[in-house]
Order: sequence, then C-alpha cells, then structure tokens
Amino acid sequence: MSQVQDLIGALSGAGKNPKETVLDEMKRTGKKAVGCFPIYVPEEIIHAAGLLPVGLWGGNTEFKEADKYFQSFCCSIMRANVEQGIRGTYDMLSAVVITSYCDTLRAVLVNWPVAVPNMKTIPMILPQNRIEPAAVEFMLEKFEIFRGEMESISGIKATESMLEESFGLYERYRAAMRDFTELAGTHPKTVNAVDRHYVIKAGYFMDKEAYTEKIEQINTCLKGMPDEKAGAKVVLTGLLAEPENFLELLAENGIGVAADDLAQESRQFRTKSRPDGSVFERIAYRYMDLRGCTFFYEEMKARGQMLIDMVKQSGADGILVCMYKFCDPEEFDYPVYKKEVEAAQIPMLYLEIEQQMDSVEQLRTRIQSFKEMIM
Amino acid sequence: MDKKISSKKMLKEMMAEHYSDALKRKAEGKPVVWATSIIPQELMEALDIAVVYPENHAAAIGARKDAPVFINHAEANGYSVDICSYARVNMAYADILESEAENIPIPDMILSGSNICCTAIKWYENIAKKFNIPMVLIDSPFNMSYDVSAESVKYIRKQIENAITQLEKLAGRKMDYDRLKEVMKVSNENAIWWKKATDLLANKPSPTNGFDMFNYMAPIVCLRGNEKGTRLFKTWYEELQANVDNGVGPWQDQEEKYRVLWDGIACWPYLKDTYVKLKSNGINVVTSTYPESWTLLYEVGDLDSMARAYGGLYVLRSIDYITDRLSALATGFKVDGIVFHSNRSCKGMDFKQFEIARRLESKFGVKYVFFDGDQTDPSTFSLAQYETRIQALVEMMEGNRQREVHGI
Repeated sequence: MSQVQDLIGALSGAGKNPKETVLDEMKRTGKKAVGCFPIYVPEEIIHAAGLLPVGLWGGNTEFKEADKYFQSFCCSIMRANVEQGIRGTYDMLSAVVITSYCDTLRAVLVNWPVAVPNMKTIPMILPQNRIEPAAVEFMLEKFEIFRGEMESISGIKATESMLEESFGLYERYRAAMRDFTELAGTHPKTVNAVDRHYVIKAGYFMDKEAYTEKIEQINTCLKGMPDEKAGAKVVLTGLLAEPENFLELLAENGIGVAADDLAQESRQFRTKSRPDGSVFERIAYRYMDLRGCTFFYEEMKARGQMLIDMVKQSGADGILVCMYKFCDPEEFDYPVYKKEVEAAQIPMLYLEIEQQMDSVEQLRTRIQSFKEMIM
Repeated sequence: MDKKISSKKMLKEMMAEHYSDALKRKAEGKPVVWATSIIPQELMEALDIAVVYPENHAAAIGARKDAPVFINHAEANGYSVDICSYARVNMAYADILESEAENIPIPDMILSGSNICCTAIKWYENIAKKFNIPMVLIDSPFNMSYDVSAESVKYIRKQIENAITQLEKLAGRKMDYDRLKEVMKVSNENAIWWKKATDLLANKPSPTNGFDMFNYMAPIVCLRGNEKGTRLFKTWYEELQANVDNGVGPWQDQEEKYRVLWDGIACWPYLKDTYVKLKSNGINVVTSTYPESWTLLYEVGDLDSMARAYGGLYVLRSIDYITDRLSALATGFKVDGIVFHSNRSCKGMDFKQFEIARRLESKFGVKYVFFDGDQTDPSTFSLAQYETRIQALVEMMEGNRQREVHGI
C-alpha cells in the first residue's frame, strides 16, 4: 500500500474504534479525557488545561436505559449518548461537557446528572444571538468559568500562553481540515466517502497535535497526486453522515464527497478565526462568525445560498441531505434551503438516516437512481 | 346598576377585539409584530405597536379542528411531521393567510424569545425570511445553576435594550420610559391577578375546572400588558373567590372526586373529549405547569429584574428547580394524580416528564399516567388510549385513597 493509503487507513481505523483510540491516546499522552457533546465546545480551553477533548456523537447502540428518560421521538444521537453514559461506555472520561443548542440538549442537561450521577457534568451554554455584542461578553464570562472547571480536573493552570499555544494548534488543525476536505473532494477514489468520514471523525478521539500532523502528511501526499474523477460527486448536508453502511452505498456507487456542510464535519472547522483579540475573544468571534449552521440563530438564513456556492465551487453534481429524524433544527432548515436549491436547479436527494439503521436497502435504490440522474 | 359582565363574556369579547384591532391597524398602515407567547410584550404595549401571538392563533385553529389543512400544506412544503405543530400551522398560515378560526395580519417584524424553546428561533427565522422582515431575538440561556446567573441577566437585558431600539425604529418614535413603567406596573398587576385566580383552584373543592383555566391562557398571553387584562383577571378572580366562599365546586352535576395536575399544553383538537372523560370520573384538573409561566413578576422600572423574570422560565431550569416547583404544585394543590400529555410538539417539556413523574411518585406517592397527543395535530391522539390511561389513573388514585382510609 502507498504511504497515503497507510495514513488514511490508520486514521480511518482510529475513527471507527472510538473507545480504543481514546484509551490509546490517554495512555500515550498521559492526559485525562473530557467528553464533549455536540455541537460546538471550545476544545481549545480543554486542551490548554492539559486534557484530551473527546467528541461524543452517539453510536450504534440499542436503547434500553435511555428510554427511562426520553420518549421514542427523541433524537437518536442524544438517546445514544445518554444510553452509553448510563452503561458506562464513557467511564474513562473525567467529565462530560453538555451544550444547549436545541430543546433536546436542554432536556439532556436536566436528565444527565440524574441518569449518570457519577460523571462530572459541566454545562457549556453558548448564546444563540450572534447579532448582539453582549453575546461575546456572555461567552467570555462562560469561558472563564469553564477554564476554572478544566483546571480543577487536570490540576494544570491554563495560562494565557498555554491558551495561545492551544488556540494556535487548533487553528492549524482547522486549516489542515479545510485542506483535507478540499483534497478529498478532488481525490474521491483515494479518499472514498467512508474513509473521508472516519478520517475526520478520528479527530474527535485523538490528541489534536498528533492528529493534525497525520492530516498534514495526508494532505502533502494528496497534493502530489493528480486529481481523480469520480462517477459522481455530491455535497453532504445535515447533522452527520452515518451509519457506515450508508456511506458504503456511496462508495459502492462511485459517488465521491466533493464537500460537506455537516455539523460533525466542516461546520466545525470551516470558519477562520479573526486575527485580533485575546484567545477567548477569538474563540467567541469564531462562533459569532460561523454561518449556515442551523444550531445558531441566523437572520435571513444563509444556508441555501451557501450550499449552492459549495456545489459550484467544489464541482459537485448534487446535494445529499442526511436528515437525522427528530433533529428539529435541521428539519426546520430543510424546506427553506430546498426551495433555494431547487430554484438554482441543483439536484438534491433527501434521505432520512439513523446511526441505528441495520439495513440501508431502502436507500440503495434511491441513491442509485440519484446517481443516474446526476451523472 | 347593570349586572356585572361575566369574565367569560369579557374574555370572548376582548379576544375578538384583540384580533380585529390588529387587522384594523394593519389596514391603516400601522406596523404589526408577531411575537412568542412569553416575551417582554411591555415594550410593544408601551410603544403602542400591535402584536399578535401565532401560538395562540395556532391553538385557536387547532381547537376548531382546522389544523389539518395547514399541517398538510406545511408538509407539502417539506416540513417534517416531527416538528412543532404550532409552527407548522403558522408557517402554512403565512402562505394561506385565511382561516375560519381567526385571521391575523402579516407581520412587519418578529420578536422571538428562546426562553420558551429553541424551536421559536428556527420557526421565526423562517417566517422572517419568508416576509423579508427583521427578526429581533431575545435569547435566554439555559440555567444549569439553581437561579438565573448574573451573566445571563446582563445578556438578556442587553437584548431587551436592542429590542427597544428596533421597535422604536418600527414605531417611528422613541420609547417613553414613563409609559413603559406604567405598562410594567400593569403587567405585574395582571400577573398577580392571574396567579391569585389560578391559585384559588387549590381550594377543595376547586372553584372551577382546570379546562376553564386553559381558556384564560389566551388572554394572559395577549392582554398581559393592558388594563383590559386587569379587568378580566380581577373579575375572574372575584368570580372564583365567590365560588370558594359559597362552597361551589367545578361542576353542578358532578362532585370533584379526584384532583389532578395536567402537565403539558392542552390537546386542543380533542379538548372536549379529554375533558369529558375526566369529568365523567369526577377528575378535575386543578393545576398545570403552565400558569406559573405567566406569573412574571419583577421590579417595575428595572430592566435587569425584568430580564431575570423572562430568563427564569420553567423550561430553562435545572432538575432541582423543576422538581421543587412541581412538588410545590403537587402539595399546594393537593393533587391525587398527574396526567402527563406526551405532546409530540413540545420536546422541551416532554423529555423531562419521565424523571419528574418518578420523583413526584417517590416523594408524595402521587400516581400518574402518560398519554400520547399533540397540541394541534390531531393525528397523534387516540381516544381509546387516552380513556384506558385515565381509567388506570382512576384505579390507582382510588387504591391510594383506600389505603389512606383504611390505613393499609
């Protein structure tokens, strides 16, 4: 196997096996780990306090314990997180950070301390109103409290210079990820839909320094390779693109991912930091500047036009909507961008998916027909 | 002197006037705001800007069983059946602009508060985009601490100040802060009358049935900031107090046998069905998690205090706080049971119900049942399931009572 395939294989494997990866990384770095619920957590602060931030984005688990807290019409990612929390899957974590971007997350904040009483729970409440300058002040105060919480877990002071260093590392990571997603778009054969996803996902379980180095190596390899032609290329939009057998359908059909607008993927790193201000201010303004994410309030909703631009820039043939059932914010956005995307005459396929889907047979035909339509 | 007009008649007239006045003002070229149900309405009242509340409007459409037309329209536009049916009804109304229930004028501005839910953000973003009008958001952070934090108060207050600036632009005049103070005073007074009236249901027997209380939710939303509201809620209070004084219970033809707390919004399309089944078993709804939401009390003239009140709603609170509040309702209103409306539209309320149910049962031995329903969408509710659950509740409550009587 070539070097690039080895690198991709290693990261893809790390992304597929969260628990092992996290335990390995904890051992390798000697760091304690802190779990981070979706959608956005200021990981830089966790990192600066000498901790390993770990992303918690559900999993293919059966629901039993979580059903004691949530009705069946609850988002499966949140049910899976709570289920795994109760079952002890997260026992290697020193704390869990829970956010409040939607009504379900607010309810998780209510239930988690009861459901998983032995796990330290730290709220990360970010403001929704990004027009209001006071939102920045609010975040700065929350970040200061959060820094204290993280320091008390690690026993390490997150000094200004450590924060600066961690923020610099995260900016490097985000730049590498932007390059990677672009290069994956132009090399859809070397980086198929499955590997692309797991390579990105591995970043949630590995220390960012080691991970970023690997991504940069992959990027260097890909830059030296000629562009590849896929059967068809799509832009993915939605919360996330799992389960694996859904992505395998794309790979099997020769559909490459030209770019993505997924909360779990590009929305995490597509926004560059402003150059000035304290580290906390730069973190805060990244949230203020993030556009097109349904989990933040956005006057005049830019997402439709962003998707249209993304399709044009990446040379995609169409858009695949990865809709997680009971994800209200995503479900509210869909009719709005659907109208705009249709007006721009861009083909779009709406798929309802769940991490717990055993069979994707129903999707197979739809994906095949879509591919035929866009090719 | 003429016989005093009843609060029920007053309510009907005032609500009709609320809608007709908004339409009239729009026709005269005056601006109209669409707002969420627990918003600083004081600002618009003080600036004399017409406001309508799409949640109320959607509930009215639901109660008249007219929702399916709107729900189907929303679905055809791509809206999932999983999202709030008030939102679906309203977003469809924004296209159709005609309903037999009531009509509301199209908005010139949105004032939305995330204190009721995050759904209110997404819903009104869509409406604002559709009409190409400004949306002013008053975002209230979730409170993990027992009380509303100082940083939240500051953040909410700044947004209230921004809302004032935006509303001044819309009204074309500056805020008269003396007038705002008066409106704040009236709003507090109305909240107190509302609380005093709904608190009277703690009497045994309760002076009215709780479904009647649901009817007064429309005016507490729409008339909370004006003198009409004061007249209405004071009159309602006096009527209820008279019933208490005379030992009058909720029904003439039925004793109040069991007292329950209703958690969640009413199931508007099946209001009668849900009510009849309860009444036939002598079950009276004496309280709900809702009345307190409009008991918004704060220091008149103090925007920080106002921000704290609006940012401290039940749905924004931690498990300890909501357990305390529900416990106070369960004991204060002497309830025998709880009916949990597992309302498909309201995830923020629903996803706390299981834990609350367990806590209240273990603390007070209060029995409970759940039923599936929706505030406006008639497709989720099953009368057979509801009846079976209520029957089960009756048996459990009776079991409790027998144990109390016989000491076993």
